[in-house]
Amino acid sequence: MSIAGRFAIAGVYEHPSRFSPDKSEFQIMAECAKGALDDAGLQLSDVDGLFAASMTMGAMGIIDLAEYLNLKPDYLDGTNIGGSSFVAHVIHASAAINAGLCEVALVLYGSTAASSSMAIGTGGRGGAGPAESFISPYGMTTVGSYALYAQLHMNRYGTTSEQLAEIAVAARHHASMNPNAKMRQPITVDDVMSSRVISTPLHLLDCCIISDGGGAVIVTSLERARDLAKKPVIVLGAGEAAVHQEIGSPDLLTIAAKQSGAKAFGRAGLTPAEMDFAMLYDSFTITVLATLENLGFCQPGEGGDFVSGGRIKLGGALPLNLDGGGLSSNHPGMRGIFLVIEATKQLRGEGDVRQVQGARLACVHGTGGTIGDKHSGATLILGVE
Amino acid sequence: MMAEIQHPLPNASWETRGYWEGAGRGEIVLQRCRSCGTVQHKPRGVCATCLSGDIEHFVASGRGTVYTFTVTNQNMAKGFAEACPYVMAYVTLEEGPRVLTNIVGCDPDTVIIGMKVTADFATQERDDGEAFAVPRFTPV
Repeated sequence: MSIAGRFAIAGVYEHPSRFSPDKSEFQIMAECAKGALDDAGLQLSDVDGLFAASMTMGAMGIIDLAEYLNLKPDYLDGTNIGGSSFVAHVIHASAAINAGLCEVALVLYGSTAASSSMAIGTGGRGGAGPAESFISPYGMTTVGSYALYAQLHMNRYGTTSEQLAEIAVAARHHASMNPNAKMRQPITVDDVMSSRVISTPLHLLDCCIISDGGGAVIVTSLERARDLAKKPVIVLGAGEAAVHQEIGSPDLLTIAAKQSGAKAFGRAGLTPAEMDFAMLYDSFTITVLATLENLGFCQPGEGGDFVSGGRIKLGGALPLNLDGGGLSSNHPGMRGIFLVIEATKQLRGEGDVRQVQGARLACVHGTGGTIGDKHSGATLILGVE
Repeated sequence: MMAEIQHPLPNASWETRGYWEGAGRGEIVLQRCRSCGTVQHKPRGVCATCLSGDIEHFVASGRGTVYTFTVTNQNMAKGFAEACPYVMAYVTLEEGPRVLTNIVGCDPDTVIIGMKVTADFATQERDDGEAFAVPRFTPV
């Protein structure tokens, strides 16, 4: 039986801090858990399913987290597929609740990426092991991986740096309305174009920021969510996928969103055109353009026009990343949870000055890993009654 | 004057040894499945198309085409920081597989998608007795 329409997000919380040198990952997660439980009107003792991932949690980190929170959950899921993990956790939580394995799922993320000075964007990637040895000799950075994608897109379709810059400008515009956003000063296309080139064709302002942060999401049955404090935000459709350097030299421009998005929209019985807004992982401007095309919001090659002329700003045809995204609000290494949190707030009508008026349907897509190498994708279609 | 890239030393498992030993001889070595005929890269102990374990190695032409690339201006990792700007690229080999690599031996600004390139091997000092090299590519 499909999970569509029977499970809901009942509580959310985004940590307001962007720099927390005095906190651990688990402390940030615990503070977020408190926030989301309060939001839902639940107690820690109600939680019987624990889901989490972070930049430093090891293979059995989910048990360490259970210990930290003094929880004895009936269901544990430490799935880590990169920044999309938390979008996937919402899907896995719905499936687990559907199977009767737990009733109240708590999804957590915490990170001190900024205060720990993690070199995420332009540090070297790949270790010295046999598998990494096909990458590490060549100086691939996270930025460089996305740059490989951007260069090919520009070559094939004539996409311009100015069009990519529109995505950064829209994100900053939304961040200017978010009191917690790290970067709130509005920018222009010229500002992006005149920022230094990190890895051609991507400029500094095409890249996400690095912050600390964390978040929490509570998933339960729609039935139970209706009895809780906030309007339930319903999981209408979901899909996951992975794309890698498969045998046969696939088209690099096809990302996981194509497969996961088709599943999610299909299961929801909805189309991209019906969405009131979208929250799309924006590690880089090109990530957003790639995701829009692969989810089917526009045809391949049309992304540049789609994001131009204010169409992705609040009030435009498809407002994107209303919190300011990873480009301007926060990016503690894995930001998928913030996509779910902002979508939930918007669908409840809690978007304050950045509220998408009358928002009833949203598409959330997380990308984990790097689109120029290998990555995961997780898509959620969310809505309200 | 930018420095040459100091490639981190590759390490091999039994599954990938043929590739790196081939590079040490100045050859691009690929795998072909004797059962279904599929050419595969990266190397592995089974054919990822039919799961046969009957794999053979063969010497590829070393010729290919730049599929996409980026001129990296910033990489904080040692061995690369000093070599910026350098070109990282995917090259599609004549035999089909695509490899991540560096384009060397030319001005980074002259690299374009579709450019014909040929393999060039950087030999390295190492103290573990392995005779590996790192394949890069240069314009034809």
